[in-house]
Amino acid sequence: MERKYITCNPELCTGCGICEMVCSAEKEGVYCSELSRIHLVYVDEKTAMSIACRFCENTPCISACPREALEMDEVSNVIRVNKMRCSGCGWCIEACDFGAIVLNRSTKSVVLCDLCEGRSQPKCVELCPKQAIKVSTLEIEAQSARDKVAKTLL
Amino acid sequence: MYLYHGRILLINLTTQEVKVEELSPSLLKGYLGGVGLATRLLYQYSPPRSDALSPDNPLIFASSALAGTIIPTSNKHAVATKSPLTGLIGDSISSSFWSLALKRTGFDALVIKGIAESPTYLFIDNDIVHFKRAEHLWGKGSPETERCIRSDIGDNRVKVASIGPGGENLVRYACITNDSNRQAGRTGTGAVMGSKKLKAIALRGTRPITVNNLDEVERISIDLIHKAEGPATEKYRVLGTPGNVLVLNRLSALPTRNFQQSSFEKAESVSGENLAEHYLTKVMACATCPVACGHIYTVAEGAYSGTQWELDYESLFALGPLCGVDHIPSIIKAAELCDYYGIDTISTGGCVAWAMECFEKGLLSREDTEDIDLTFGNHAALLEVIQKIGDRSGIGNLLAEGVSIASSKLGRNSEHWAMHSKGLEFPGYDPRAMKTSALGFAVGLRGACHNRSPAYEIDMSGEVDRFKGELGRGSKVVEKEDFAAVLDSLIICKFIRRCFGDFYSEAANLYTQATGMDLTPSELTAAGERINNIKKAFNIRQGWKPGDDWLPPRLFSDPITDGEGKGTVITEEELRLMIDDYYKARGWTAEGLIPEEKLRALEIEVSIAPVKGLEYGTQVYNL
Repeated sequence: MERKYITCNPELCTGCGICEMVCSAEKEGVYCSELSRIHLVYVDEKTAMSIACRFCENTPCISACPREALEMDEVSNVIRVNKMRCSGCGWCIEACDFGAIVLNRSTKSVVLCDLCEGRSQPKCVELCPKQAIKVSTLEIEAQSARDKVAKTLL
Repeated sequence: MYLYHGRILLINLTTQEVKVEELSPSLLKGYLGGVGLATRLLYQYSPPRSDALSPDNPLIFASSALAGTIIPTSNKHAVATKSPLTGLIGDSISSSFWSLALKRTGFDALVIKGIAESPTYLFIDNDIVHFKRAEHLWGKGSPETERCIRSDIGDNRVKVASIGPGGENLVRYACITNDSNRQAGRTGTGAVMGSKKLKAIALRGTRPITVNNLDEVERISIDLIHKAEGPATEKYRVLGTPGNVLVLNRLSALPTRNFQQSSFEKAESVSGENLAEHYLTKVMACATCPVACGHIYTVAEGAYSGTQWELDYESLFALGPLCGVDHIPSIIKAAELCDYYGIDTISTGGCVAWAMECFEKGLLSREDTEDIDLTFGNHAALLEVIQKIGDRSGIGNLLAEGVSIASSKLGRNSEHWAMHSKGLEFPGYDPRAMKTSALGFAVGLRGACHNRSPAYEIDMSGEVDRFKGELGRGSKVVEKEDFAAVLDSLIICKFIRRCFGDFYSEAANLYTQATGMDLTPSELTAAGERINNIKKAFNIRQGWKPGDDWLPPRLFSDPITDGEGKGTVITEEELRLMIDDYYKARGWTAEGLIPEEKLRALEIEVSIAPVKGLEYGTQVYNL
């Protein structure tokens, strides 16, 4: 299966952060942006976007883990954390280029996006009021870029 | 008790002492949060008749009751202090991630007193308060101050509320800015902060927030989010509040050239429609707001090319038609300048418009203005004068006082066109064409304000003759004021008010589900009334007089010049009639004082220290 991930269109994102709220409530039962699996970033007053795990092909986070606590699911491509193995050392957090992994201090293990497995679609996608967040694949994104550029070329 | 922390942080800038005090659940429930809680604390912690710019005047920040959650638009806070502009209650609301961080520090409110020895900023890191030097920040605008503080602390998540040079220079209508461009805008809270030499308050609040019933809170919130994506908020989403320009222009209610006219012949060019077509580049939202009313406009060419700033109707009207200006790039630039200085756009526009009229009538000379041709419509002059106000230089030093003080200093009948009530400059609704609003502005507890007294809704609804003042408007204004007080305290943004059906029962249920404290719809209604009464009690204690509930002379003598309602003025008789009607509807005395039994009925707590020896309303203080 082609790998899916959450992407955010900064042209549509208004920086409201509802995604962070709904994520931490869904996953942790509290409102806490630090425990959200999706992270809102402001570039300046008028530019914001949310970032979650992209499930990279070469998974630097998995390579970085000294305890083999991270594992990519062969079917869904989602990265799973083995809480028994994870020591919360944070090497994976440093290895990630996107800051997509965070440490849950109470469980002493890391957490990251799992595309809300078991739900029809991730909760952040469902509730983004501007439809700025969606689940996509690299092929979908590439095709839409090609479509867009072709219109400007012809 | 969920969501509330039951404690406040008292900070003394003079002694650098910090104290934590507890708040009882019943007090929190009685005043909700936001404006209600901030005013209640102000009443408790401020001495009577203190100078607004003295160390004794507390500057209070109170979190929205519902902040910290996904509840749409709840991430807001209120600021309350004695206003240096009005001498009465100065309460103002701002929103977004600073408000969220405030809730997450673990305090329901901050009460700041004293004056720092030298420029200081506070860094509240959850439970720990740091007093930090701010000399290097003095003179900087808010966005730059925020960047510097984040860099000092080394954490990009730190949220900052700060004053600009306007607050430092004690411009009486300076604001407090957070999240770069969100302001507690009105009544001069920034000047109070400046008087305390407090440049900024940086917050790192990282406590997780729990609610009583997560599933219910989420269900209700999702429902509100979906409704906020529909027709209930369309006006705010699509054109944003600038869509009001043409509507109010048609109603002869668009204040133009300092209220000399009530419609603007160039309204089309400053309309929300024109802005959307030629300048709109992005919309942005406050934290947990599905609406995103923040319309950001970009100037693509000309002298201000590259300027990119947010405009709402009030800034647009005040810096545009009110000053006779129709040059959009200049209006966008003017809003950016006001935000750099950290001064309220409505009051700034009001002051410049008043000065333009003084200039045209010969009361201010070219010598006074340092050769600025301060005529209506001169957009370059508008920008020059804004800088002078922010710097308090030249003519700006007079205008930084607000139109009430400035006109009494200048005299020579300039009070006639000083458009304010109790010192607060008018928002963008001409009360001659909206007589329920006229009443709302006259009796308004913080002065002329459409947010605390959204009476314009009654005039615009078509249910009354808006050109006529009559009995019955009093209770309508009371109802709107109390509704606004509830929204401003829960806090829920007024822009999603239409997403509720039966507001009081739905909001009371939401509050109960979130906080775990049972609140009935009638208790919520009573909270609105209680909040406005304690504001009034504060005003009386600060020296409010019955004659203060009135309107400027122009509205009684200068009729609407053209369009619908041409020839209309407000008569003294009809305003008197409506004010008496309002006092009666409030259960106040004929002089507008609060009888003791009224305070008891509202359960305004007896723990408030009695204050004696005042001229008015002594019964208020004998609790």
